[in-house]
Amino acid sequence: MIQTKRITKIFGSQRAVDDLDLSIESGVSYGLLGPNGAGKTTLLKMLATLIMPTSGEVHINGERMTRTNKAVKKQLGMVSQHFSLQREMTPREVLKLHGMLHRMPRKLRKHRAEELLEFADLLGDADKLVGKLSGGNKRKLMIIRAVMHSPKLLFLDEPTVGLDAAIRRSIWDLLKKLKGRGMTMILTTHYIDEASILCDRIGMMSEGKIVTENTPDGFLETVLPYVVEHFDNEQTNYEYFDDRKKASEYAVDLDESALIRRTNLEDVYVKLTSRRVMPGKRS
Amino acid sequence: MFSELAPVLWDEWIVFKRGFFKITASAVIAPILYIIAFGFGLGGGFSLKGVTYIKFLIPGVIALTTMNSSYRAISITLNTNRLYDKTFEQYLIAPLSAISFCSGKAIAGALRGLYCGAIVLGISFLFDVRLNITASFVLVMLLSGLTFSCLGMLGALLVKSHADMTRFGTFVMLPMTFLCGTFFSVDQLPIVLKEIIYIFPLTHVSTMLRAIATYEAFSLANILIVVGYFILFFSLSVWRCRKIAA
Repeated sequence: MIQTKRITKIFGSQRAVDDLDLSIESGVSYGLLGPNGAGKTTLLKMLATLIMPTSGEVHINGERMTRTNKAVKKQLGMVSQHFSLQREMTPREVLKLHGMLHRMPRKLRKHRAEELLEFADLLGDADKLVGKLSGGNKRKLMIIRAVMHSPKLLFLDEPTVGLDAAIRRSIWDLLKKLKGRGMTMILTTHYIDEASILCDRIGMMSEGKIVTENTPDGFLETVLPYVVEHFDNEQTNYEYFDDRKKASEYAVDLDESALIRRTNLEDVYVKLTSRRVMPGKRS
Repeated sequence: MFSELAPVLWDEWIVFKRGFFKITASAVIAPILYIIAFGFGLGGGFSLKGVTYIKFLIPGVIALTTMNSSYRAISITLNTNRLYDKTFEQYLIAPLSAISFCSGKAIAGALRGLYCGAIVLGISFLFDVRLNITASFVLVMLLSGLTFSCLGMLGALLVKSHADMTRFGTFVMLPMTFLCGTFFSVDQLPIVLKEIIYIFPLTHVSTMLRAIATYEAFSLANILIVVGYFILFFSLSVWRCRKIAA
């Protein structure tokens, strides 16, 4: 179980994370969803000890998380938003280094590296220099590196940002397989579909706070199931309906730009925060 | 302790292995130019402190090469790892103490300095310059390597950009390169300037290497000052490593 107690991070005059209490049960896949500057990455970095909180505490399975607590750090894996890989190494060497850092015995290290390279479909590129790998394969390598030492808790910061749709789906498959192994995952994302596919629970963040949290289905129950999306030459308007017939009747009077669709998590988010989730920038 | 040092050293070994020819070539060029231009060209006809100028010069060039190689080996890679490819994060998240990380980097930098210093020694033999090379000579090179790799590490942990790292080198390393008794005897300088120059660790390294190479004695203070700098730079690096954010 991971728990934060009134965790706060202040950069200059800005409260990036504001007095936040969070509790995530073991084995749960938890998504932090929010716009740029909501504090998602800052929160994740504090959980992983990459930055120190201004105040507050993080506890993992009841033990306080600090940068010097090696026992707790052994339980963590992290995939950053940027490609943080040694470019002069091969994927096999990257995994070896990670195994050495976590003091895995040599035999186990070798076996686990081969197993993970196969798991991520990277055996063909295992001896190429990292600098020559495609973006998707670099991301896959970062994910298998993070789980090389079999951590109990995996942090993923925008795991598919900047990747094309096909590669994003293959990364999702990889993460779903890891989720199936019972790992606790906390991920930040701008992508609504990513959160709904990968997460058991979602916390919506805005201005350093978790505004609300629920399951993806639970969130969808808070809004009516159909929406008519219509651009009126100034802005896009959204009208919500409890059945498709009513939505169609409403749309008849609008021009051809009107679109009827099922509501999704983004509608929930917009309704809750009056802000639209925009992909592609850091938070 | 060694199991924590091993990954840091292995990481540096891969960098060295993959960049072997570039590292070796860049370690050779500057010393050869110094030896030809200053040793045989400018100072070819005279002696200094009782030895030929080339014998006076080479221990200084070895001190200089050891310093630069150790400093650059760590400052450039760590600065890049921290600010550009972000692989430093991997070390921060790993169950590895700041002392082990800094020790590994310091040893790796010192070994790089020894390697490049040994190349200069080899070049001097090619030019038929015979010096007294003993275990204490190698130990002073090692101490120098440890000290300057820790300085490079501290710089890389403090700066906020690659440009800052270059500036750090310009303000700290460049003055030492030319002033710390590598190319001339510090005794020739005015007393005030001499006192200032004795503050820098490279002055003591070149004094010790030259003394050993030419069968002279050196003071215990020379060792203690360099050891003091090593402890200072190492402690500050460990402190910085514990505080730093990625």
